[in-house]
Amino acid sequence: MISFIAMRALAFFAARRFVIILPVLWAVVTLVFLLIHIVPGDPARQLVGENATEEQYQTARSELGLDKPLLTQYSDYWRGLVRGDWGTNPVTRQAVLGRIASRYPATIKLALTAMLIATLISIPLGVTAATHKGSFVDSFSTMIALLGISLPSFALGPLLVLIFSVDLGVTPVSGAGSLANLILPAVTLGAAMSAILTRVVRSSVLEELDEDYVRTARAKGLPERTVIYKHVLKNGLIPVVTVLGLQFGVLLAGAIITERVFSWPGVGSLLVDSISERDYKLTQGCILVIAATYVLVNTGTDLAYRFLDPRIKLD
Amino acid sequence: MNKVTQFGFAVAGLLVVVAALSPLLASWERVQSQDLVARLDSPDSHHLMGHDQLGRDELSRIIYGARVSMLVGLSVVTISSIIGILVGALSGYAGGWTDRIVSGFLFNVFLSFPGILLAIAMVAFLGPSLKNLIVALSVIGWVGYARLMRAQVLKVREYDFVVAARALGASNTRILLKHILPNSIQPLIVQASLGMAGAILAEAGMSFLGLGVPEPIPSWGKMIDDSREFWFTAPHLFIFPGVMIALAVLSFNFIGDGLREKLDPKQQGR
Repeated sequence: MISFIAMRALAFFAARRFVIILPVLWAVVTLVFLLIHIVPGDPARQLVGENATEEQYQTARSELGLDKPLLTQYSDYWRGLVRGDWGTNPVTRQAVLGRIASRYPATIKLALTAMLIATLISIPLGVTAATHKGSFVDSFSTMIALLGISLPSFALGPLLVLIFSVDLGVTPVSGAGSLANLILPAVTLGAAMSAILTRVVRSSVLEELDEDYVRTARAKGLPERTVIYKHVLKNGLIPVVTVLGLQFGVLLAGAIITERVFSWPGVGSLLVDSISERDYKLTQGCILVIAATYVLVNTGTDLAYRFLDPRIKLD
Repeated sequence: MNKVTQFGFAVAGLLVVVAALSPLLASWERVQSQDLVARLDSPDSHHLMGHDQLGRDELSRIIYGARVSMLVGLSVVTISSIIGILVGALSGYAGGWTDRIVSGFLFNVFLSFPGILLAIAMVAFLGPSLKNLIVALSVIGWVGYARLMRAQVLKVREYDFVVAARALGASNTRILLKHILPNSIQPLIVQASLGMAGAILAEAGMSFLGLGVPEPIPSWGKMIDDSREFWFTAPHLFIFPGVMIALAVLSFNFIGDGLREKLDPKQQGR
């Protein structure tokens, strides 16, 4: 049970942490705003093409806000973000925020499933590797971990589809309607994460095994299973939670590639489409949403870490 | 040095040699010439990796792909390490407000962005080219070196020999270049080796998304993307480039891990 003082310290820490991320969020928004100004040449001309009429060109310029001074563009950009007006495509007239909102749940679903799969693989594998240090299982888990980090998702994805969809016929090739559609993209996205997590679990459990309380638990005759799963794992999993949170942000970025491999209808594939369509406002919106989610998840993880482990000083 | 690290050095060395000698090992004509009758052909004794979707020789394209991969990797590591070392050294050595702005704000901003997302954003707006790809990956890569260098400077500057050098009237530049940098170089080499693996993987990923080097230069990531319609009828089109990317990344990761273990005995077995 957490005491009132501890809760107050945590609330204070949370408030402080939130104040710290404000300049970071400001910098992210400003960087995203400035992106359109690094386009070589005239972004409005590139958007409408060489054959567009003068009227179409001027409309695009005004939609992109390029007909105003830079500072006005910047304040308009902030105003639009806050009001939920993230711009519209001058050609298709589709609202940016609406398109992103329709795709966002698919990306989160994919990333969460990938995280779940990675956790289910890495905890038993990491614990077994640590408790059987130097054995075949240990070397095997290290090799799998290194492969998971090194094999790009755009090679692993097609390979999994080839084996499980084309040869064995147990999963659909692509699409997003059912649970079966989710499995291969989630495994592909989660592979690198399970590799990293396995190493973290192994290393963390190895560290805990050296602790005095483990010796005590063993000395009083507890079965090894209870020592590992009731005592060691509880403490050993704390760093794992942090890595899980930090890796969730990495998964969001990784989803851009995985979504393209499987034609998964998320923000990542929307981002890639927006780049090839030169829909600058949509590209900015997608980048902003992914980056903001990343910052918020990381902050949340930081808080969860301190909540889970009272030994960490809330300074 | 253990066997895994030796394997890493052997494969990485071979890849660098292949990249450097690619015009001698394969002809540029075979990279480009299309034999539509042979399109999607599986590997045989004349074409060891078969033909791609346009009937081009896959092996020649893989060999030239090594060139892009190594060139981008080495350039990104060189540029980002130079920037990172300078910024990190300045931040750690100057201290005060400079350090607060650099390490408290700049590092946080760059680390709070998923690196690859920032690179995608930059190339999406700058336009895909070899130069822009290297610039974008260097922009996201320097922070790792800068943090490491800053930490090293903070540690090493308290050592007696640095204090002695200062007492003898050595200038800041001399202390940084002659005393602090040589004592910080080992962890930087480990970081560079892991950074090389990261840059190769990022280059392949960006090329897969259509944000890498433009045609007609072959890149492993782009080769996988270009053949997406034929992945399941001609799997050699994604397997060969995929294996090459994995081997390149794995070899530099092995080198980095091996060197770290050698330099930091506490890491052994962890």
